[in-house]
Amino acid sequence: MATVRLREIAHARSGDKGRDAMVSIIPWERRHYALLARVLTPERIKAHCGGLVRGDVVRYDAPALGAFNVLLKDALGGGVTRTLMLDIHGKALSCLLLDMTIELPEAP
Amino acid sequence: MTARPFRIGTGAAYSEDRIDPGVDMAARGDLDYLVFECLAERTLALAQVRRLRQGPGFDPWLEERFRQIVPVALARGTRIVSNMGAADPAGAADRAAAVLREQGVRGVRIAALEGDDLLPRLDALDLVVTETGLPLRALPGRIVSANAHIGAQGLVQALGLGAQVVLGGRVSDPALYLACLRHAHGWAADDWPRIGAGIAVGHLLECGALVTGGFYADPPYKVVPDLAAAGFPLAEVAPDGTAVITKLEGTGGLVTPDIVLEQILHEVHDPAAYITPDAVADFSAARVDAAGRDRVRVSGVTARPWPRQLKVSVGVHEGFIGEGEISYAGSGAVDRARLAGEVVRQRLEMRKADLDELQVDLIGLDAVHGPATPAWAPAPYELRLRVAGRARTETAATMVGDEVESLYVWGPVGGGGARKTVRPIVAVYSSLVPRERVETRLTWRES
Repeated sequence: MATVRLREIAHARSGDKGRDAMVSIIPWERRHYALLARVLTPERIKAHCGGLVRGDVVRYDAPALGAFNVLLKDALGGGVTRTLMLDIHGKALSCLLLDMTIELPEAP
Repeated sequence: MTARPFRIGTGAAYSEDRIDPGVDMAARGDLDYLVFECLAERTLALAQVRRLRQGPGFDPWLEERFRQIVPVALARGTRIVSNMGAADPAGAADRAAAVLREQGVRGVRIAALEGDDLLPRLDALDLVVTETGLPLRALPGRIVSANAHIGAQGLVQALGLGAQVVLGGRVSDPALYLACLRHAHGWAADDWPRIGAGIAVGHLLECGALVTGGFYADPPYKVVPDLAAAGFPLAEVAPDGTAVITKLEGTGGLVTPDIVLEQILHEVHDPAAYITPDAVADFSAARVDAAGRDRVRVSGVTARPWPRQLKVSVGVHEGFIGEGEISYAGSGAVDRARLAGEVVRQRLEMRKADLDELQVDLIGLDAVHGPATPAWAPAPYELRLRVAGRARTETAATMVGDEVESLYVWGPVGGGGARKTVRPIVAVYSSLVPRERVETRLTWRES
């Protein structure tokens, strides 16, 4: 067992869609896809965001691409055009999720 | 004649995007088409506000691009497609023709695509706001813009009629690229696999540097060579829709399958159902393969028929945001900044500032990730207090920055570098309109 930050085994990009934010999460190696599909649950992602995400978290899986797309509903304080948040587009949210801790069955 | 891949490149990916990579792309791209995608959610509403104030409703950078980039492209037989028309495509076409003439570029056929602007017809359309479920007229603020997101059809028609430059308004971003490919390869509007492929090309290129190494570097995990000299992307698109995404030799940045994957998912909800006016594209089974240095082949995208309704973006004047910032440094900085924030909060209450929402952040501590900031985050040496408030009136919004600035005299010790701003809010809501109720038309100019 090894505990790593998600950043060690995946990369990500985030952006806005109206009031929602989107974060893609892409494992560097396909062998980690199934593990991430198991542990990156919407509940766990929402808990990691600690109140920043007011709505639901929806995870779309694209196994053929080896990627996940995570929808964070109502995560931008009312949307790009009226939010008081500093990061109005949620551009920095990918870096928040990449700091999640992941238990690997073996060394990365 | 054997079918060959067409070359389509990016000249801009947002209104204020860099000019010099666009000039380079126009000069060395050997392009059939050069596309400028310049509208964001808010850009169009702001353009409409300018137009209502008798200013230009088209993109503020249109003239600069028609001076520096477009003549270079036209001289090489490259056609131009853009949504720089923003709130006034006809005005944009007039100005573009005049700017080209001023430089001695004559005889260029320019088409303006209109019909996305629904503002004059709102009463008849009876739209419902998606976010609230209520009729448009129930919104509290004044409506300043309403534009349908239209597809590629009008652009394809303009290119078919010989336009060398086509300027539209709220054309959906990928449709700008799809239109070129439909015209080049003669794809039918319901040739779904190819339409899907064209949407994917548009989606990958419309954000410009995001697919050539921009917004990717994260050293030492993700290293991008010569980031400052990164260029715009281009695609070589075969008649079957298979595309190679690449960049110009000698530019910085890089194009890799990992970057293309990040971008194919970027700001898409369900990768299996990317909704555009031209089709619902399915990226979920796409193949993304390395095809040489800085070359990535994309294939296997499919699509389903277009949605029966078009998205409408509605811009609404909703008051003002007032903001103020001031810095604290050295021992005790966090405590002093917190105290300062509390003083501002109390002062705004004492003055009965009529604010709908107030936010107090400590930049350097927890301003970006807010409540999600982890407990292990180290304490900063210096930080910046930021207070932002939203109000119906400019007077109330102005109090926010004023109270931050007055910390120079009335706050804790050591506050420096105060700044304040007030800006009007144009909030953007969405709605849907049956597609048959939106009719586009072309008008023509010659330089």
